[in-house]
Amino acid sequence: MTTAPGSSAPDSFLELRDLRIHFPTEDGVVKSVDGLSFKLDRGKTLGIVGESGSGKSVTSLGILGLHKGGRAKISGEIWLDGEELVGASVDHVRTLRGKKMAMIFQDPLSSMHPYYTVGAQIIEAYRIHHKVSKQVARKHAIDMLGRVGIPQPDKRVDSYPHEFSGGMRQRAMIAMALSCDPELLIADEPTTALDVTVQAQILDLMLDLQREFNSALIVITHDLGVVAELSDDILVMYGGRCVEYGSAEDIFYRPEHPYTWGLLGSMPRLDREPTERLMPIKGSPPSLINVPTGCAFNPRCAYEGRTGGKATTEVPQLAETEGGHLVRCHMPPAERRAIWENEIKPMLEST
Amino acid sequence: MRKTKALALAALGTTLSMGLAACGGTAGGGGNNTGSGNQGTGASGTAFNDAYTKLVNASDAKGGTLKFALTDEPDSTDPGNTYYAWNWNFSRLYARPLMTYQPAPGEEGLKLVPDLAEGPGQASEDGKTWTYKLKKGIKYDDGTEVKAADVKYAIARSNFTSELTDGPKYFAQYLDAEGYKGPYKDKNLDDFKGVETPDDYTVVFKLKAPFSEFDFLVANPQSAPVPQAKDTGLDYEKNVASTGPYKFESYEVGKQLNLVKNENWDPSTDTTRKQLPDRIEVQYKQNADDIDQRLLNGQIHVDLGGTGVQPAARAKIVGKPELKNSSDNPYTPFNRYAMMSTKVKPFDNIECRKAVQYATDKVATQAPWGGPLGGDIGSTAMTPTTVGYKPFDLYPNGQDHKGDKDKAKASLAACGQPNGFETNIAVRGDRVKEVQVAEALQASLDQVGIKATIKKYPSGDWSSQYAGKPEFVHKNNLGIMIAGWGSDWPSGFGFLSQIVDGRFIKDSGNYNMMELDDPTVNELLDKGIQTTDTAARNEIWSQVDKKVMESAAFMPFVYEKTLLFRPSNLTNVYVHPAYGMYDYTWLGVKQQ
Amino acid sequence: MVAFIVRRVIAAVLMLAVVSAATFAIFFLIPRALGQTPEGMASRYVGRDATPEAIQGAVKRLHLDDPLIVQYGRFAKGIVAGEDYSLGPRKAECPAPCFGYSFNNNQPVWPTLLDRLPATMSLAAGAAILWLIAGVSIGIVSALRRGTALDRAAMTVALAGVSLPIYFTGLVSLSVFAYTLGIFPGGGTYTSISENPIAWFQALVLPWITLAFLYAALYARLTRAGMLETMGEDYIRTARAKGLKESTVVTKHALRATLTPILTIFGLDVGLLLGGAVLTESTFSIPGVGKLVIDAIRGNDLPVVLGVTMFAAFFIVLANLIVDILYAVVDPRVRLS
Repeated sequence: MTTAPGSSAPDSFLELRDLRIHFPTEDGVVKSVDGLSFKLDRGKTLGIVGESGSGKSVTSLGILGLHKGGRAKISGEIWLDGEELVGASVDHVRTLRGKKMAMIFQDPLSSMHPYYTVGAQIIEAYRIHHKVSKQVARKHAIDMLGRVGIPQPDKRVDSYPHEFSGGMRQRAMIAMALSCDPELLIADEPTTALDVTVQAQILDLMLDLQREFNSALIVITHDLGVVAELSDDILVMYGGRCVEYGSAEDIFYRPEHPYTWGLLGSMPRLDREPTERLMPIKGSPPSLINVPTGCAFNPRCAYEGRTGGKATTEVPQLAETEGGHLVRCHMPPAERRAIWENEIKPMLEST
Repeated sequence: MRKTKALALAALGTTLSMGLAACGGTAGGGGNNTGSGNQGTGASGTAFNDAYTKLVNASDAKGGTLKFALTDEPDSTDPGNTYYAWNWNFSRLYARPLMTYQPAPGEEGLKLVPDLAEGPGQASEDGKTWTYKLKKGIKYDDGTEVKAADVKYAIARSNFTSELTDGPKYFAQYLDAEGYKGPYKDKNLDDFKGVETPDDYTVVFKLKAPFSEFDFLVANPQSAPVPQAKDTGLDYEKNVASTGPYKFESYEVGKQLNLVKNENWDPSTDTTRKQLPDRIEVQYKQNADDIDQRLLNGQIHVDLGGTGVQPAARAKIVGKPELKNSSDNPYTPFNRYAMMSTKVKPFDNIECRKAVQYATDKVATQAPWGGPLGGDIGSTAMTPTTVGYKPFDLYPNGQDHKGDKDKAKASLAACGQPNGFETNIAVRGDRVKEVQVAEALQASLDQVGIKATIKKYPSGDWSSQYAGKPEFVHKNNLGIMIAGWGSDWPSGFGFLSQIVDGRFIKDSGNYNMMELDDPTVNELLDKGIQTTDTAARNEIWSQVDKKVMESAAFMPFVYEKTLLFRPSNLTNVYVHPAYGMYDYTWLGVKQQ
Repeated sequence: MVAFIVRRVIAAVLMLAVVSAATFAIFFLIPRALGQTPEGMASRYVGRDATPEAIQGAVKRLHLDDPLIVQYGRFAKGIVAGEDYSLGPRKAECPAPCFGYSFNNNQPVWPTLLDRLPATMSLAAGAAILWLIAGVSIGIVSALRRGTALDRAAMTVALAGVSLPIYFTGLVSLSVFAYTLGIFPGGGTYTSISENPIAWFQALVLPWITLAFLYAALYARLTRAGMLETMGEDYIRTARAKGLKESTVVTKHALRATLTPILTIFGLDVGLLLGGAVLTESTFSIPGVGKLVIDAIRGNDLPVVLGVTMFAAFFIVLANLIVDILYAVVDPRVRLS
């Protein structure tokens, strides 16, 4: 275990400091994550929100160390329970993976091996980190399946993933991730592939389990609705960077970044007709190779004109507006709040 | 439609040396190149073409295994059911016909000597009855004695059944056996009146018409005896009753034949064969190029087919003196030629045919066969290894045979076509060499204004549907047809009758594709075959040759030659002129 | 599973019937439609200058003048009930399954096929083991070391292997290893394993390598592509996220998924080869089924061609069946009721 000179172990359970994950390609360097920092404590939940390509999945895989040893260039620091992981050896990070930190993937069908039974895959995960017999591991697997709410777990343990329904599969996936009592659980779009009613069940399950295990949870999603129910804090990512960070209340009641407004506007809600979605964010996510100069969001920002030209020339700083609420925007805080209160909020409420 | 390679009993017309000299004088660049190829001697002290004139590696040492390999497989190992030249040579190891060729290189090898018979056939006064007396005490490998009836039965089964169809049917053609149904349908051999056996050692052949070359016919393995009780028809090839120095040990059709010594073969009754190796093994269906490699390495001793090495090995042999000195370059039975149809305009005019004879660059048409090693430039219908051959050249076409445009144009003018004409050249499209010859001929003719179009036909139906069908030839204006011919026995009659006799012009399967019907030629052929005096008969064959060439419808390209390789561990080797390959009954192997 | 196999066997039999009819049509019907007469066909099986009587005899003996449907019926009956053929003074029995009677060899086709099968099986089995091991391991290493000099070198050799014809590599290897260096015996030295196992092995080393070279090249490319694709799958990421060692990820998770489709192709390739490795057998003069059929085609020996086609079709259908069953065992998603 190495630590970068001048850095010291933080108090938080998980802390990222200026994490950068760049992929050199023939077309240029893809800056998937470009200077990301945040903290997370045990028992707390962080929601990371952004469009696809914003760097949220790369971040999660980066924490797990799955980019290590590949072509990615990684810099910055990842502190997990007092250990720095960026500089740690590939093998050491591997021993933490699955045990100390685990991950739940987006599509449980493609994320589970089609040729092995659900039980075998849980048993395998358990036995990597626990020197126990297959029988013991099997019992544990059945136990885990029961705990995530799979009926007749002693029978379903021998089923193959394709024999499960989508929701059951995600439960099994969660059982697999939790089999070694991880202290950090990362869920990457855990409900995207599921239908709405099942989504709610899975989210409840994750909350219950988090309380039970007292683990730190990161939920990655493009859907603000998902994090609304789960998260203590929310981090909004855009173009590989954090553009707004704050408590769930900050983000939902006092959002200050135009991109967050856009996300709120495009959020599907059960009390509205899907066709009524307002304010879809115009344009498309930025290229991570040729990030727009100045503010990365400027080509899509409706308020780009109110920055006095800084939007296209200067990269805005991630600055605290109040009480740990961070925003990366050139507009003065007062102006941002005024726009939210006077223009955005009424529009969202009226429809 | 020649499925089988004809056996050309290659005969040297005069003495070998005279033939060579004459050949060189008339055909230009001919001969056997013994001198030019002789770059010292090979590893075993032999020189290029040595085995063509003398016995090489002479040795009477016994023992060892003689190994043959063949790209093909025999049509049948049954001596009564085969048309392959090499098999007429090879089958003598286990089958003795009434007569056979004297074992000697050069002219001597074309003389017939008695084998099963005590002496040559005795012809009756009218030439229609031929009598052979059998040697006494000749036994099959099971120890039983050969009887005259077995010879009669062999002739009956090989010529008069619908099962044994692979061999020639000369006996059916010449014997007087009207209405005979063959021994498989009619079990009573007495119903076969074409052959009589007054006692156990006398065989009498009854002919429809006089046939002075009958000894040649009974030199065919079809006259080798077959005991009726042992005949299993088409299956007989799997266990032939042997009269020769070897007998079948095992035979897997299409794969392998193993022969071992026949203890019941008595050398005192046999003056023509040796019994040197302990075993003889033959592998069939081997890769052609691989056979050459094994031959050059001495892993096998003989390429059984006797048709020479493949182009790759040929290049190797010619390039290395030590290899070349272990090879021979004999004539094959084949003459390669073009026939001009006398029934297709404007070739119905002899002057137009002459124009082609003069215009053709014969060096160019020799090239596809492999240059001088592949054959000598020809100027006669008969080949130099046919009894009765005399060299002449009626259409000298310039120095080096490269074509004489002036003479060709003069002939064109005489034909009334001073500016040339258009015609077609028919060729077997799947025979690469013949197509190349057609292209060379096309180029030559173009120089004098004759515009020829090459028409390709499949060789499978060449004779039955295309060039061998006069109606098709006329309809499609096939003025020139590229062909080749080798005969079944080495006389002028054997070589020429099928291809020049006007009475052999057939509606289909016709080999006289030029449709030459010259009464003089027909009469000479009849006269010759009734002439018992050999010298007089051979003189007649040479006259036929000249008459045919005078028609200008027959244009020879090359007298084909092959390149045979004899590995140094092969002993007692010479080229038997009757077969145009090594004498398989004389070979021995050096034991390592 | 049993019902599945029964269904497949019935389908296979129907398939073979269709193949036999189609082959029969190609070799008998089309020539007839193009104007080939029974006499014209028979004339290929008799000596040159055969008399019309001899040709007629062959026509009768080989039943070439029967209506085609009758000929096909006789062929089909022979397979089921056997058939007798006239050899002259006696008849040859050709008990079921009789695939006809060779015009050229005067042998029933079926025993000939059985006789040739061991050589072909020896060749196919040895080569298959070689190419599977070599091709798959090269493919895996190439995929895992993608873009390195090793990968590029392996793929260049593989390209050569796929591009070079067997008769070229075969003759070159014979020339070098058999005739120049003398390490292995030359062509035509095949001996059956029961007769002399050592000679059998020695004679087959070069053919095995030659044949395996071509297929190993193909399999290396297939494995590499499959491996690259599999390594990008979500479940591989999951396996890594569990903390599995990379070697376990490759062998237990990636390989199993990669090899399944390759196993399918492998089964079919072996099935195909059992119907005759034509080029290899010809080059090395191995008396196998492939050599038999190429010689039969050259000699217009239709019953043999027909027999080998049926034989080969049988093996392909059989290989298909085995592969389907195996696939069900390997991949639970296609498991059958």
